[in-house]
Amino acid sequence: MHTYWKAFSVIFSRDVTLASRCRAELANPLIFFIVVIALFPFAFGSDTELLRRITAGMIWITALLASTLSLEGIFRSDYDDGSTEQMVLSGYPLTLLVAAKVSAHWCLTGLPLMVIAMLTGIVLSLPTDALQALFLTLLFGTPVLSLIGAIAVALTVGLRSGGMLLSLLILPLYMPVLIFSMVAVENALAGLPIDAELYFLAGMLVLSITLGPIATASSLRIRLS
Amino acid sequence: MIFQRFYRFASPQHFYHLAVLLTPWFAWATIILMIVGLYGGLVFAPADYQQGESFRIIYIHVPSAWMSLFVYVLMAVFGGIGLIWHVKIADVLAKSCAPLGASFTLLALVTGSIWGKPMWGTWWVWDARLTSELILLFLYLGYMALQSAFDDRRVAARASAILALVGMVNIPIIHYSVEWWSTLHQGPTVSKFDAPSIHINMLIPLLIMALAFKTYFASVLLIRARSEILEYECNSNWVRELLTKTD
Repeated sequence: MHTYWKAFSVIFSRDVTLASRCRAELANPLIFFIVVIALFPFAFGSDTELLRRITAGMIWITALLASTLSLEGIFRSDYDDGSTEQMVLSGYPLTLLVAAKVSAHWCLTGLPLMVIAMLTGIVLSLPTDALQALFLTLLFGTPVLSLIGAIAVALTVGLRSGGMLLSLLILPLYMPVLIFSMVAVENALAGLPIDAELYFLAGMLVLSITLGPIATASSLRIRLS
Repeated sequence: MIFQRFYRFASPQHFYHLAVLLTPWFAWATIILMIVGLYGGLVFAPADYQQGESFRIIYIHVPSAWMSLFVYVLMAVFGGIGLIWHVKIADVLAKSCAPLGASFTLLALVTGSIWGKPMWGTWWVWDARLTSELILLFLYLGYMALQSAFDDRRVAARASAILALVGMVNIPIIHYSVEWWSTLHQGPTVSKFDAPSIHINMLIPLLIMALAFKTYFASVLLIRARSEILEYECNSNWVRELLTKTD
């Protein structure tokens, strides 16, 4: 048990250290997020009333795209330099190591993305109830995105048409998360309870924590065989 | 004993010959059932009291919608068998399922849209069933894109099997989330047909058509699987013998 925890924390801190050595790459998803948010008023006009209605939706969709794009690189450098093979051969369960990598990735991109998303919500004057719902849905939702996305990333790592193919594989699987989050925010705006949607999101989170790393690990094994 | 027999048919060569044997049976069953079902649906069944003659599109729409989900499940099951027991035939069958399932899904979407035009006044509404069918189509397209992204057949088969299984876990979640979303967003749309209230003379042709779609699927699946096997095994002796024999 102890050694497993050690293996997890070694991989986790390794990924965090690697990421902190190239900070520009860490900032890219956040800049992407802000740029895309800034596109919406140009498309829909600067009508404040309309924008307020779609603010939560555009934050969520942009977070979805940013997380897809940032996930793309999660296994790439390991795959290229052979670290993935070493992980498979290390004797530790690959599921555990993959879980460490995904959680490191979420802490490095998911959490900052959440902060930026909340700031965007405040700046665009989202009501407090909706902000709270947005925070909770992002808290439960973005780890699900990372965990599900990692499966598809493991399947497509090192392929020529990687990015496009990845979005094609991932985005349909992301739809339930988007749906429940948006329904929750809309309910909060209307003053209705949002427990049911949050329970669903939490359920999906538990499901993807338990099954996601297993599927990701076996995908990586297949890619290396 | 049973396992031995199973393994025998799981060898590509035996499966090929079995498929050659079975294909005409399924094909003839399809032709007969299709003629009976279409006659029953288009001529024999009474016109709907509300929708008039335009309801008759259900004889294509509903069977293809049923098939779209059935084929995905089948594809995931074959994928799982191939992944766990390394059965080559299961890989071949899973791969052959995908374009068929995607076509059924597309057919369901197109006929639904054509039906929607006189019923709803537009080609497309974000109805729960249409939307989840659309997402199912995306899942099929993703599967096919992943299949074609690899050069190595084994890797392609195993990677896409994982994707199919992930999709399989997600399908119920997607289905219910879409239903959840649509009931909150737009109130009840025209409910297409409430199952038990259908007239028996309308139902029998529908069931015959559903059976016809099944046998059609089986025959085309076997044909596709045959050509897949030949491609898969193109370096083996029995394929070479087979090809020189027919020449």
